[in-house]
Amino acid sequence: MNEYIYPIVFGVIAGTVARMIMLRTDYRQYPTYLHGKVIHLALGFIAAALGAVAVPAILEMEFTAVTFLTVAATQFREVRNMERNTLTEIDDFELVPRGKTYIEGIAISFESRNYLVILTGFVSTLFYILWNVYAAIIGAILSLIISKLFQSGSTIKEIVEIDHHPLHFEGAGLYVDNIYIMNIGLKERQEEILKYGMGFVLTPKNMNSITTIANLGQRQAILHDISVSLGVIRDSGTPALTPLIKRDLDDGRIGIFILPQVKDIEKAKKIIGAVPVLENAIRMPSQSKIHNKEAK
Amino acid sequence: MEIEKAILAVITTNQSRISGGAPIFICDSSDELQKMAANLEAITDGIAHALSDELFIIVKH
Repeated sequence: MNEYIYPIVFGVIAGTVARMIMLRTDYRQYPTYLHGKVIHLALGFIAAALGAVAVPAILEMEFTAVTFLTVAATQFREVRNMERNTLTEIDDFELVPRGKTYIEGIAISFESRNYLVILTGFVSTLFYILWNVYAAIIGAILSLIISKLFQSGSTIKEIVEIDHHPLHFEGAGLYVDNIYIMNIGLKERQEEILKYGMGFVLTPKNMNSITTIANLGQRQAILHDISVSLGVIRDSGTPALTPLIKRDLDDGRIGIFILPQVKDIEKAKKIIGAVPVLENAIRMPSQSKIHNKEAK
Repeated sequence: MEIEKAILAVITTNQSRISGGAPIFICDSSDELQKMAANLEAITDGIAHALSDELFIIVKH
Protein backbone atom coordinates (compact mmCIF):
# COMPACT_ATOMS: atom_id res chain seq x y z
CA MET A 1 0.00 0.00 0.00
CA ASN A 2 1.15 3.42 -0.88
CA GLU A 3 1.85 5.97 1.86
CA TYR A 4 -0.51 8.43 0.18
CA ILE A 5 -3.59 6.21 0.15
CA TYR A 6 -5.01 7.34 3.51
CA PRO A 7 -4.44 11.06 2.95
CA ILE A 8 -6.04 10.87 -0.49
CA VAL A 9 -9.00 8.87 0.74
CA PHE A 10 -9.43 11.34 3.58
CA GLY A 11 -9.26 14.30 1.18
CA VAL A 12 -11.79 12.74 -1.17
CA ILE A 13 -14.20 12.01 1.67
CA ALA A 14 -13.83 15.51 3.13
CA GLY A 15 -14.43 17.08 -0.29
CA THR A 16 -17.47 14.95 -1.01
CA VAL A 17 -18.92 15.74 2.41
CA ALA A 18 -18.34 19.43 1.67
CA ARG A 19 -20.31 19.09 -1.57
CA MET A 20 -23.14 17.30 0.28
CA ILE A 21 -23.35 20.09 2.82
CA MET A 22 -23.36 22.77 0.14
CA LEU A 23 -25.93 20.90 -1.93
CA ARG A 24 -28.52 20.88 0.81
CA THR A 25 -29.26 24.58 0.67
CA ASP A 26 -29.75 24.45 -3.06
CA TYR A 27 -33.27 23.17 -2.60
CA ARG A 28 -35.13 26.43 -2.66
CA GLN A 29 -33.18 27.83 -5.55
CA TYR A 30 -33.19 24.73 -7.62
CA PRO A 31 -35.08 21.68 -6.47
CA THR A 32 -32.87 18.92 -7.72
CA TYR A 33 -34.30 15.67 -6.54
CA LEU A 34 -32.54 12.36 -6.54
CA HIS A 35 -31.19 12.36 -10.05
CA GLY A 36 -30.05 15.96 -10.01
CA LYS A 37 -28.40 15.37 -6.66
CA VAL A 38 -26.59 12.28 -7.90
CA ILE A 39 -25.08 14.31 -10.74
CA HIS A 40 -23.72 16.92 -8.40
CA LEU A 41 -22.49 14.46 -5.81
CA ALA A 42 -20.65 12.55 -8.51
CA LEU A 43 -19.07 15.73 -9.83
CA GLY A 44 -18.24 16.75 -6.26
CA PHE A 45 -16.52 13.39 -5.78
CA ILE A 46 -14.45 13.96 -8.92
CA ALA A 47 -13.57 17.47 -7.77
CA ALA A 48 -12.54 16.19 -4.33
CA ALA A 49 -10.39 13.48 -5.93
CA LEU A 50 -8.65 16.06 -8.13
CA GLY A 51 -7.89 18.28 -5.17
CA ALA A 52 -6.65 15.39 -3.08
CA VAL A 53 -4.43 13.84 -5.75
CA ALA A 54 -2.77 17.17 -6.53
CA VAL A 55 -0.87 17.13 -3.23
CA PRO A 56 1.06 13.85 -3.67
CA ALA A 57 1.72 14.88 -7.27
CA ILE A 58 3.50 18.01 -6.08
CA LEU A 59 5.35 16.15 -3.33
CA GLU A 60 6.62 13.61 -5.83
CA MET A 61 7.94 16.45 -7.99
CA GLU A 62 5.48 15.53 -10.73
CA PHE A 63 4.70 19.14 -11.53
CA THR A 64 3.18 18.42 -14.91
CA ALA A 65 0.51 16.37 -13.17
CA VAL A 66 -0.85 19.57 -11.70
CA THR A 67 -1.89 20.67 -15.17
CA PHE A 68 -4.83 18.31 -14.91
CA LEU A 69 -6.36 20.93 -12.66
CA THR A 70 -6.90 22.95 -15.83
CA VAL A 71 -8.87 20.02 -17.20
CA ALA A 72 -10.92 20.23 -14.04
CA ALA A 73 -11.59 23.91 -14.65
CA THR A 74 -12.90 23.15 -18.13
CA GLN A 75 -14.97 20.33 -16.74
CA PHE A 76 -16.65 22.52 -14.16
CA ARG A 77 -17.28 25.33 -16.59
CA GLU A 78 -19.23 22.67 -18.40
CA VAL A 79 -21.25 22.13 -15.22
CA ARG A 80 -22.16 25.79 -15.33
CA ASN A 81 -23.25 25.49 -18.95
CA MET A 82 -25.27 22.41 -18.16
CA GLU A 83 -27.14 24.10 -15.32
CA ARG A 84 -27.69 27.23 -17.36
CA ASN A 85 -29.07 25.29 -20.31
CA THR A 86 -31.38 23.12 -18.22
CA LEU A 87 -32.77 26.04 -16.26
CA THR A 88 -33.22 28.21 -19.35
CA GLU A 89 -35.05 25.39 -21.11
CA ILE A 90 -37.52 24.83 -18.30
CA ASP A 91 -37.89 28.54 -17.53
CA ASP A 92 -40.35 28.93 -20.40
CA PHE A 93 -42.72 26.61 -18.62
CA GLU A 94 -42.65 28.35 -15.26
CA LEU A 95 -45.76 30.37 -14.45
CA VAL A 96 -43.44 33.03 -13.10
CA PRO A 97 -40.03 32.59 -14.75
CA ARG A 98 -36.77 32.83 -12.82
CA GLY A 99 -35.22 35.18 -15.33
CA LYS A 100 -31.78 34.99 -16.92
CA THR A 101 -29.94 36.81 -14.14
CA TYR A 102 -31.18 34.41 -11.48
CA ILE A 103 -30.32 31.41 -13.63
CA GLU A 104 -26.83 32.74 -14.23
CA GLY A 105 -26.43 33.24 -10.49
CA ILE A 106 -27.44 29.64 -9.78
CA ALA A 107 -25.17 28.31 -12.55
CA ILE A 108 -22.20 30.28 -11.25
CA SER A 109 -22.68 28.98 -7.74
CA PHE A 110 -22.76 25.40 -9.01
CA GLU A 111 -19.41 25.94 -10.70
CA SER A 112 -17.78 27.76 -7.81
CA ARG A 113 -18.90 25.15 -5.31
CA ASN A 114 -16.90 22.55 -7.17
CA TYR A 115 -13.80 24.69 -6.78
CA LEU A 116 -14.49 24.97 -3.06
CA VAL A 117 -14.65 21.19 -3.01
CA ILE A 118 -11.25 21.01 -4.73
CA LEU A 119 -9.92 23.36 -2.06
CA THR A 120 -11.33 21.19 0.72
CA GLY A 121 -9.83 18.04 -0.80
CA PHE A 122 -6.48 19.76 -1.32
CA VAL A 123 -6.22 21.24 2.17
CA SER A 124 -7.31 18.04 3.93
CA THR A 125 -4.81 15.86 2.06
CA LEU A 126 -2.01 18.39 2.48
CA PHE A 127 -2.53 18.64 6.23
CA TYR A 128 -2.73 14.87 6.54
CA ILE A 129 0.59 14.40 4.76
CA LEU A 130 2.37 17.29 6.47
CA TRP A 131 1.16 16.57 9.98
CA ASN A 132 -1.39 13.95 10.92
CA VAL A 133 -5.04 12.99 10.69
CA TYR A 134 -6.10 15.42 13.42
CA ALA A 135 -4.59 18.38 11.60
CA ALA A 136 -6.39 17.14 8.51
CA ILE A 137 -9.72 17.10 10.32
CA ILE A 138 -9.14 20.67 11.49
CA GLY A 139 -8.16 21.66 7.95
CA ALA A 140 -11.29 20.06 6.54
CA ILE A 141 -13.48 21.87 9.05
CA LEU A 142 -11.76 25.17 8.28
CA SER A 143 -12.37 24.68 4.54
CA LEU A 144 -15.99 23.83 5.25
CA ILE A 145 -16.37 27.07 7.17
CA ILE A 146 -14.76 29.00 4.31
CA SER A 147 -17.09 27.26 1.86
CA LYS A 148 -20.09 28.20 3.98
CA LEU A 149 -18.94 31.82 4.08
CA PHE A 150 -18.60 31.96 0.32
CA GLN A 151 -21.89 30.26 -0.14
CA SER A 152 -24.09 32.71 1.71
CA GLY A 153 -24.50 36.01 -0.08
CA SER A 154 -26.58 38.90 1.21
CA THR A 155 -30.35 39.01 1.07
CA ILE A 156 -32.85 41.66 0.05
CA LYS A 157 -33.80 42.61 3.62
CA GLU A 158 -30.26 43.87 4.18
CA ILE A 159 -30.52 46.48 1.44
CA VAL A 160 -34.18 47.60 1.54
CA GLU A 161 -37.09 48.36 3.86
CA ILE A 162 -40.16 46.26 3.06
CA ASP A 163 -43.63 47.74 3.61
CA HIS A 164 -47.05 46.41 2.81
CA HIS A 165 -49.33 48.74 0.86
CA PRO A 166 -52.85 47.84 -0.29
CA LEU A 167 -53.53 47.84 -4.01
CA HIS A 168 -55.84 50.45 -5.45
CA PHE A 169 -57.17 51.56 -8.82
CA GLU A 170 -57.26 55.03 -10.24
CA GLY A 171 -59.52 54.65 -13.24
CA ALA A 172 -58.10 51.63 -15.03
CA GLY A 173 -54.60 52.11 -13.59
CA LEU A 174 -53.45 49.71 -10.89
CA TYR A 175 -51.27 51.31 -8.23
CA VAL A 176 -49.19 50.16 -5.27
CA ASP A 177 -48.83 53.25 -3.09
CA ASN A 178 -48.09 55.86 -5.78
CA ILE A 179 -46.31 53.48 -8.14
CA TYR A 180 -48.15 52.69 -11.35
CA ILE A 181 -48.22 48.99 -12.16
CA MET A 182 -50.45 48.47 -15.20
CA ASN A 183 -53.71 49.23 -16.93
CA ILE A 184 -56.52 46.76 -16.28
CA GLY A 185 -59.62 47.49 -18.33
CA LEU A 186 -62.20 44.95 -17.21
CA LYS A 187 -64.19 45.61 -14.03
CA GLU A 188 -64.36 41.89 -13.35
CA ARG A 189 -60.57 41.56 -13.60
CA GLN A 190 -60.07 44.60 -11.37
CA GLU A 191 -62.20 43.02 -8.66
CA GLU A 192 -60.22 39.79 -8.96
CA ILE A 193 -56.98 41.66 -8.57
CA LEU A 194 -58.17 43.57 -5.52
CA LYS A 195 -59.40 40.32 -4.02
CA TYR A 196 -56.32 38.18 -4.59
CA GLY A 197 -53.51 40.67 -5.04
CA MET A 198 -51.09 42.12 -2.55
CA GLY A 199 -48.83 45.13 -2.82
CA PHE A 200 -45.44 45.81 -1.29
CA VAL A 201 -43.06 48.71 -1.56
CA LEU A 202 -39.31 48.24 -1.20
CA THR A 203 -37.45 51.36 -0.16
CA PRO A 204 -33.72 51.18 -0.84
CA LYS A 205 -31.46 51.99 2.08
CA ASN A 206 -28.71 53.63 0.04
CA MET A 207 -27.76 54.58 -3.50
CA ASN A 208 -26.10 51.22 -4.17
CA SER A 209 -29.27 49.34 -3.47
CA ILE A 210 -31.30 51.70 -5.67
CA THR A 211 -29.41 50.42 -8.71
CA THR A 212 -29.34 46.85 -7.48
CA ILE A 213 -33.07 46.45 -7.00
CA ALA A 214 -33.78 48.35 -10.21
CA ASN A 215 -32.12 45.48 -12.09
CA LEU A 216 -34.79 43.62 -14.05
CA GLY A 217 -33.22 40.26 -13.25
CA GLN A 218 -33.25 41.01 -9.53
CA ARG A 219 -36.89 42.04 -9.74
CA GLN A 220 -37.81 38.86 -11.60
CA ALA A 221 -35.97 36.83 -8.97
CA ILE A 222 -38.10 38.44 -6.24
CA LEU A 223 -41.29 37.62 -8.13
CA HIS A 224 -40.16 34.07 -8.76
CA ASP A 225 -39.25 33.38 -5.16
CA ILE A 226 -42.54 34.76 -3.86
CA SER A 227 -44.49 32.72 -6.38
CA VAL A 228 -42.61 29.57 -5.47
CA SER A 229 -43.11 30.04 -1.75
CA LEU A 230 -46.63 31.47 -1.59
CA GLY A 231 -48.11 30.08 -4.78
CA VAL A 232 -49.46 32.18 -7.60
CA ILE A 233 -52.98 32.81 -8.87
CA ARG A 234 -52.58 32.71 -12.61
CA ASP A 235 -52.62 30.37 -15.55
CA SER A 236 -51.32 30.28 -19.06
CA GLY A 237 -53.44 32.60 -21.19
CA THR A 238 -54.23 35.03 -18.38
CA PRO A 239 -51.64 37.72 -18.97
CA ALA A 240 -53.70 40.21 -16.97
CA LEU A 241 -52.90 38.20 -13.85
CA THR A 242 -49.15 38.64 -13.97
CA PRO A 243 -47.15 39.57 -10.88
CA LEU A 244 -45.18 42.70 -11.71
CA ILE A 245 -42.62 45.02 -10.20
CA LYS A 246 -42.43 48.63 -11.29
CA ARG A 247 -40.14 51.40 -10.23
CA ASP A 248 -40.75 54.87 -8.91
CA LEU A 249 -38.53 56.99 -11.12
CA ASP A 250 -38.36 59.77 -8.54
CA ASP A 251 -36.70 57.93 -5.69
CA GLY A 252 -35.94 54.42 -6.91
CA ARG A 253 -38.44 52.65 -4.68
CA ILE A 254 -40.00 49.61 -6.29
CA GLY A 255 -43.62 48.54 -6.09
CA ILE A 256 -44.34 44.82 -6.04
CA PHE A 257 -47.68 43.50 -7.19
CA ILE A 258 -48.18 39.80 -6.48
CA LEU A 259 -51.02 37.32 -6.61
CA PRO A 260 -50.21 34.78 -3.89
CA GLN A 261 -52.35 31.83 -2.97
CA VAL A 262 -51.40 32.24 0.66
CA LYS A 263 -52.34 35.82 1.54
CA ASP A 264 -50.20 36.33 4.61
CA ILE A 265 -48.51 39.72 4.92
CA GLU A 266 -45.87 38.71 7.46
CA LYS A 267 -44.88 35.58 5.58
CA ALA A 268 -44.69 37.51 2.32
CA LYS A 269 -42.45 40.13 3.92
CA LYS A 270 -40.13 37.43 5.24
CA ILE A 271 -39.96 35.73 1.87
CA ILE A 272 -39.20 38.97 0.04
CA GLY A 273 -36.54 39.68 2.64
CA ALA A 274 -34.93 36.29 2.14
CA VAL A 275 -34.57 36.62 -1.64
CA PRO A 276 -30.85 36.52 -2.45
CA VAL A 277 -29.22 39.64 -3.83
CA LEU A 278 -28.01 38.41 -7.20
CA GLU A 279 -24.29 38.81 -7.76
CA ASN A 280 -24.93 39.98 -11.30
CA ALA A 281 -27.32 42.69 -10.13
CA ILE A 282 -25.04 44.26 -7.54
CA ARG A 283 -23.82 47.72 -8.51
CA MET A 284 -21.59 49.96 -6.45
CA PRO A 285 -22.00 53.52 -7.65
CA SER A 286 -20.68 54.66 -4.27
CA GLN A 287 -17.32 53.14 -5.24
CA SER A 288 -17.09 55.26 -8.37
CA LYS A 289 -14.09 57.59 -8.17
CA ILE A 290 -15.72 60.39 -10.09
CA HIS A 291 -18.80 60.25 -7.95
CA ASN A 292 -16.78 60.43 -4.76
CA LYS A 293 -14.74 63.33 -6.07
CA GLU A 294 -17.91 65.30 -6.71
CA ALA A 295 -19.32 64.37 -3.35
CA LYS A 296 -16.32 65.90 -1.62
CA MET B 1 -36.46 45.51 -34.63
CA GLU B 2 -38.97 43.03 -33.39
CA ILE B 3 -42.39 44.35 -32.48
CA GLU B 4 -43.31 42.78 -29.17
CA LYS B 5 -46.62 44.37 -28.39
CA ALA B 6 -49.57 44.50 -30.73
CA ILE B 7 -53.12 45.78 -30.55
CA LEU B 8 -55.22 42.74 -31.41
CA ALA B 9 -58.63 44.37 -31.23
CA VAL B 10 -60.38 47.63 -30.50
CA ILE B 11 -63.73 47.63 -28.70
CA THR B 12 -65.79 50.78 -28.46
CA THR B 13 -69.24 52.19 -27.91
CA ASN B 14 -68.42 55.35 -29.81
CA GLN B 15 -67.98 54.52 -33.47
CA SER B 16 -67.21 58.07 -34.52
CA ARG B 17 -63.87 58.20 -32.72
CA ILE B 18 -62.04 55.29 -34.28
CA SER B 19 -61.03 53.96 -37.66
CA GLY B 20 -58.67 51.58 -39.40
CA GLY B 21 -55.92 49.26 -38.14
CA ALA B 22 -56.89 46.44 -35.82
CA PRO B 23 -60.26 44.67 -35.91
CA ILE B 24 -62.88 46.97 -34.44
CA PHE B 25 -65.85 45.75 -32.39
CA ILE B 26 -68.68 48.18 -31.87
CA CYS B 27 -70.95 47.73 -28.87
CA ASP B 28 -74.18 49.41 -27.82
CA SER B 29 -73.66 49.69 -24.09
CA SER B 30 -70.80 49.69 -21.64
CA ASP B 31 -72.11 46.37 -20.26
CA GLU B 32 -71.78 44.81 -23.66
CA LEU B 33 -68.35 46.42 -23.99
CA GLN B 34 -67.18 44.77 -20.76
CA LYS B 35 -68.48 41.37 -21.85
CA MET B 36 -67.01 41.67 -25.31
CA ALA B 37 -63.64 42.73 -23.89
CA ALA B 38 -63.66 39.85 -21.37
CA ASN B 39 -64.36 37.35 -24.13
CA LEU B 40 -61.76 38.76 -26.46
CA GLU B 41 -59.23 38.84 -23.65
CA ALA B 42 -59.78 35.16 -22.95
CA ILE B 43 -59.73 34.17 -26.60
CA THR B 44 -56.67 36.12 -27.67
CA ASP B 45 -54.61 35.62 -24.48
CA GLY B 46 -54.17 39.38 -24.42
CA ILE B 47 -54.94 42.01 -21.81
CA ALA B 48 -57.94 44.32 -22.01
CA HIS B 49 -56.77 47.87 -21.38
CA ALA B 50 -59.15 50.78 -20.91
CA LEU B 51 -58.18 53.97 -22.72
CA SER B 52 -61.44 55.60 -21.67
CA ASP B 53 -64.84 54.40 -20.53
CA GLU B 54 -65.96 53.93 -24.10
CA LEU B 55 -62.74 52.64 -25.66
CA PHE B 56 -60.94 49.39 -24.83
CA ILE B 57 -58.05 47.75 -26.60
CA ILE B 58 -56.80 44.18 -26.38
CA VAL B 59 -53.02 44.10 -26.34
CA LYS B 60 -50.74 41.14 -26.74
CA HIS B 61 -47.73 41.59 -24.44
